[in-house]
Amino acid sequence: MSTLTPPPSTHGPIVLRAEDVWKSYDDGAIAVLKGIDFTATAGETVALCGPSGCGKSTLLHLFGGLDEPERGRIFVNNIEVNRQRDLLRLLRHEVGFVFQLHNLIPDLTLEENCLIPSVAAGTDRRVARRRLHELTERTGLTHRLGQRIQKLSGGERQRTALCRALMNRPKILLADEPTGSLDEGTSAIVFQLLLDVAATEGVTLLMATHDRGLADRCDRLLEMHDGRIYEPAPV
Amino acid sequence: MIFFKLILTNLRRHRIRSFISIAGIAFSVAAMLTVVTILQGAIGMFSGILSSDSEIIVFERNVSDLFFSNVPPSVASEVAGWAMVSHADPVLFGIVSSADHPIITCFGVTPEDARIRNATWISGDRTRFARNSDDVVLGSRAAEFLSAKVDSYVPIGHGTFHVIGILKTANGFEDGGVFMPLGAAQKFFHKEGSSVITIKLRHKEDAAAFKARVKQAYPNLIGLENAEFSRSYSQFKILKATAWAVGGCGLILGGLGVANTMIMSVFTRIREIAILRVNGFSNMQVAGMIFGESSLVSAFGAIAGLLIGTVALFALKLVPALDGYVDATIHPAVMFLVAILALLTGVAGALYPAMYAVRVRAVEALRFE
Repeated sequence: MSTLTPPPSTHGPIVLRAEDVWKSYDDGAIAVLKGIDFTATAGETVALCGPSGCGKSTLLHLFGGLDEPERGRIFVNNIEVNRQRDLLRLLRHEVGFVFQLHNLIPDLTLEENCLIPSVAAGTDRRVARRRLHELTERTGLTHRLGQRIQKLSGGERQRTALCRALMNRPKILLADEPTGSLDEGTSAIVFQLLLDVAATEGVTLLMATHDRGLADRCDRLLEMHDGRIYEPAPV
Repeated sequence: MIFFKLILTNLRRHRIRSFISIAGIAFSVAAMLTVVTILQGAIGMFSGILSSDSEIIVFERNVSDLFFSNVPPSVASEVAGWAMVSHADPVLFGIVSSADHPIITCFGVTPEDARIRNATWISGDRTRFARNSDDVVLGSRAAEFLSAKVDSYVPIGHGTFHVIGILKTANGFEDGGVFMPLGAAQKFFHKEGSSVITIKLRHKEDAAAFKARVKQAYPNLIGLENAEFSRSYSQFKILKATAWAVGGCGLILGGLGVANTMIMSVFTRIREIAILRVNGFSNMQVAGMIFGESSLVSAFGAIAGLLIGTVALFALKLVPALDGYVDATIHPAVMFLVAILALLTGVAGALYPAMYAVRVRAVEALRFE
């Protein structure tokens, strides 16, 4: 399979690259990725569409260093993601994750949840707070800083997750069905915010989604099925 | 601050489980503190008997128990004649029993003995001591449980004795004991000499010279300064070891409680740990969170345990039957050691849970519901 390269308009340095990546579960019984080749450039927004279980999340996890391919190589910022790589640095400074279920810690406040990456990275508290206020202002959450997660709406929770993912200024955002648990209206708002923030921060967005309508608004839309990535056929 | 809140949050989230763990450590600490303090007090009291107005005790070398020591009768008078010695008092220890009391400590002493001279006589006349071979003086606790008064007769062991005085001492063993004239005690216990000789020197700095002379003159005997004796006497060592072992077992149980709590804590927050890892938490940070939680449980447990132990000791001291036997003085070193052991137990209890938490694979844990 040929490498799915970005269109010329978005050509910048390649920041995400997968080379002939294979991955299966249950001792090879369930093959989810079958020789994936993929690249994404800096600042590009890429949507991965496809049915459940087609390997979208797995690919995101591989780029985030949360899992390892059985075969093939994964590169982030031109450095291979493997055991030798400093995975902590990757997670702390290079990539940010947004999940379908917001994955926030319910006993902490919005502010505390957002500050978790800065605690992990040992960022100076004043610097972290300044960044937090910058992000919450952009996402319209400033007035909810002291709220516990249980008291936030679904949209607010997902916006909080977005702030947390961007806390340490990563240049790559891996979003796994970020609007999957939201209603249509909220979903559109959160998605637009995701695109806006990605554009303002110059972040590369790789997003897994079922929603073709949202996916169409990304720079590139790719389809995944049967463990492979395809350019969608023009309508 | 957020790191600390992550630790505290989990304790608050499972309040009852945290409370049970803290209680486990607290009762272990209290048990250890109480047992160690009581036994140290008992050792202190026994040492106190030997060190009444004396600096050195002489006894048979290599005996496992002072009750089996036999110092020849001539030694006391010979040693008393040495220029460096102010006085030498032979003391014979024996265990006797009465109808309702299986163990009564018996002291065979001379009228000049410090225990007789310095004690507070509640009734009776000190000058009458040792006039007759069946005369005894009772400690006030012994008089109480034997229901004896001055001039009454009490059955002790296989004999009946005439009570000529009752005295009060701060030492529980002495206060619950029977004082016999040395000769009567030797006859009663079928012993020729004494168990020990307590020595008062004219100048304390002569201690080394005195011990060397004892070694030279009586190769079968040994002279030890009081502190030296407390450190080296095998019975004390056994008692101390027992106390720490019993307390240690309690702490191990407490530690298992902490381990159980912590492993449950890790299992129930596995997704949370995965979230932290995805957000860049290192192995050290995840383990630190688990150890922090267990240390907090141990610290709360240790504080509560020290309070419970202290109250228990004072309560025991107030029990009339134990009056004089329990020394509730808690040594700061014991408190410190117990607290440190509790913390170490907590940390040890968190070892496996921390290892488990560190091995959590975020990608799998995020699927965990």
